[in-house]
Amino acid sequence: MIAVFMETRDGKIKKSSLEVLSEAKRLAGGQGTGTAAVLAGAAVADLAPGALALGAAAVYALESPALADYSSQAYALALAGFAADVKPAALLFAATALGRDLAPRVAARLGAGLASDCTKVEVKDGRLVFTRPIYAGKAFLSLALKSSPQLATLRPNVFPLGESVPPAGEVVRVAVDVPESALRGRVAEVLKEESAELDVTEAEIVVSGGRGLKGPENFALLRELAGALPRAAVGASRSAVDSGWIGHQHQVGQTGKTVSPNLYVAVGISGAIQHLAGMSSSKFIVAVNKDPEAPIFKAADYGIVGDLFEVVPKLTEEVKKVLAD
Amino acid sequence: MNILVFVKRVPDTESRIRIRHETRSVLEEGLNFVISPYDEFAVEEALRLKERLGGTVRAVSVGRDEAVTVLRKCLAMGADEAFLVKDDAPETYDGLRTARIIARAVERRFAGADLLLFGKQSVGADNAQVPAMVAELLGLPQATVVTKLEVEGPAATALREVEGGMEKVALTLPAVVTAQKGLNEPRYETLKGIMAAKKKDIPVVKLDELGLGPDDLASRVEVVGLDVPAPRQAGKVLQGDPAETARELVRLLRDEAKVI
Repeated sequence: MIAVFMETRDGKIKKSSLEVLSEAKRLAGGQGTGTAAVLAGAAVADLAPGALALGAAAVYALESPALADYSSQAYALALAGFAADVKPAALLFAATALGRDLAPRVAARLGAGLASDCTKVEVKDGRLVFTRPIYAGKAFLSLALKSSPQLATLRPNVFPLGESVPPAGEVVRVAVDVPESALRGRVAEVLKEESAELDVTEAEIVVSGGRGLKGPENFALLRELAGALPRAAVGASRSAVDSGWIGHQHQVGQTGKTVSPNLYVAVGISGAIQHLAGMSSSKFIVAVNKDPEAPIFKAADYGIVGDLFEVVPKLTEEVKKVLAD
Repeated sequence: MNILVFVKRVPDTESRIRIRHETRSVLEEGLNFVISPYDEFAVEEALRLKERLGGTVRAVSVGRDEAVTVLRKCLAMGADEAFLVKDDAPETYDGLRTARIIARAVERRFAGADLLLFGKQSVGADNAQVPAMVAELLGLPQATVVTKLEVEGPAATALREVEGGMEKVALTLPAVVTAQKGLNEPRYETLKGIMAAKKKDIPVVKLDELGLGPDDLASRVEVVGLDVPAPRQAGKVLQGDPAETARELVRLLRDEAKVI
């Protein structure tokens, strides 16, 4: 059985977790009955229908008042306890901020290896083979784990969501005992970004700017283009971030985020190797640059050689026109 | 405030990665090695905390003899001491193996630290596993991917990046904290610092001194493949009137790529 940890936000299961559950079902030969979902929190059994709709045979609700706020220690204790009792063949997480914080602790507690941030999973000879980018995507590593359960985090936005089915699985409530000693670090407050901008790792379209933008004020051009597109976020090259033009949470590349959206639009970005590493797995890449020799064009499916200050407003205009039709 | 900061020697981010297929390993020839960029933020934060609160900063690296170069950089930046935990194993990509070595070294050689600082991940393996695993093995709380850290007596508050916002994590020390870009601006070494660092002794800790058995050092990761992605093919390049090229691009994205 493949178990999947369900991360929740604002009282709902996150899409990234449902993607992982969908992939688990595929790995279990398309049988939802080969999968289980695991929720953790103060009272989370009510959230089970979201996971049952993907065909999970069971939803385990690990509950304790001490799990109301996320604490990596307490959640690791709960998840490792679940794994020891139920003995799934694999326990998977979404490679979100929380998943990447939690999964290594669970692995250490179970003495098991962990495959981080996987972009492909296959079943080979009865075990899972995980493929994951290293060097931010300059190379890909495929690995199997020699320990049990097989633990992995799967990158958001890579695995497709499965179809809903009539729910048939059972909900199992488990009361977890969390000692005070496991609560020495916990989330005290969640601060939302005021603009509530979409994160580049979660966006389906990323519009990124580089040194060619010449100054922070010109990111407005990209925000307008991103605003005209569905589920789009604004990204940036390292040089734009290091110049202080935009926050580092927007940085795409080897010391920033690795993204694989459906569409990546690189504006005024020359295409340094460490930037290309972070976005080369995008499905389609568009480059706008005035230098026809810029390396970014070698990676782009479509390119416009021209002045971005002329081209980008026209692009925004055209996108608005086409999407309004 | 006694701080341990853990650093790794990695190829710099400008490196082109090539693979030795027979051994499924990354070719090291021609690579320029540096301290992993996120570790540099961790070292800087350690030094700033020491400057404010007093105490010591000790830098530790697990790796081969060559890792001494990044430890010298830590000393040149201002760390009080540096230690090499000598591990000649090639890259295993198994975070738990490294975490066990570090956790044991902390218990046996570096006990009594208030804060264990790491980079949020090494640049290369990109695992982001070791710090949280060390925290679990030592029973310590953690805050990962931190962009702001405040220490007040036995308590600390860390701001960590999450999707679409920040989380404030309340910690009781000792704790593990991992540094994200934005935490600070690392200082440059001074010439004086570099000269002083050259004279400092970097003690070597051997794995057998730490009492680690074969099971602790066995990798749980079996590498079954390692390759570079196929290069992307250059596509259509449009030139000419901005309005016309923009119109043509949007048409291609809609009709050919079908992404908008």
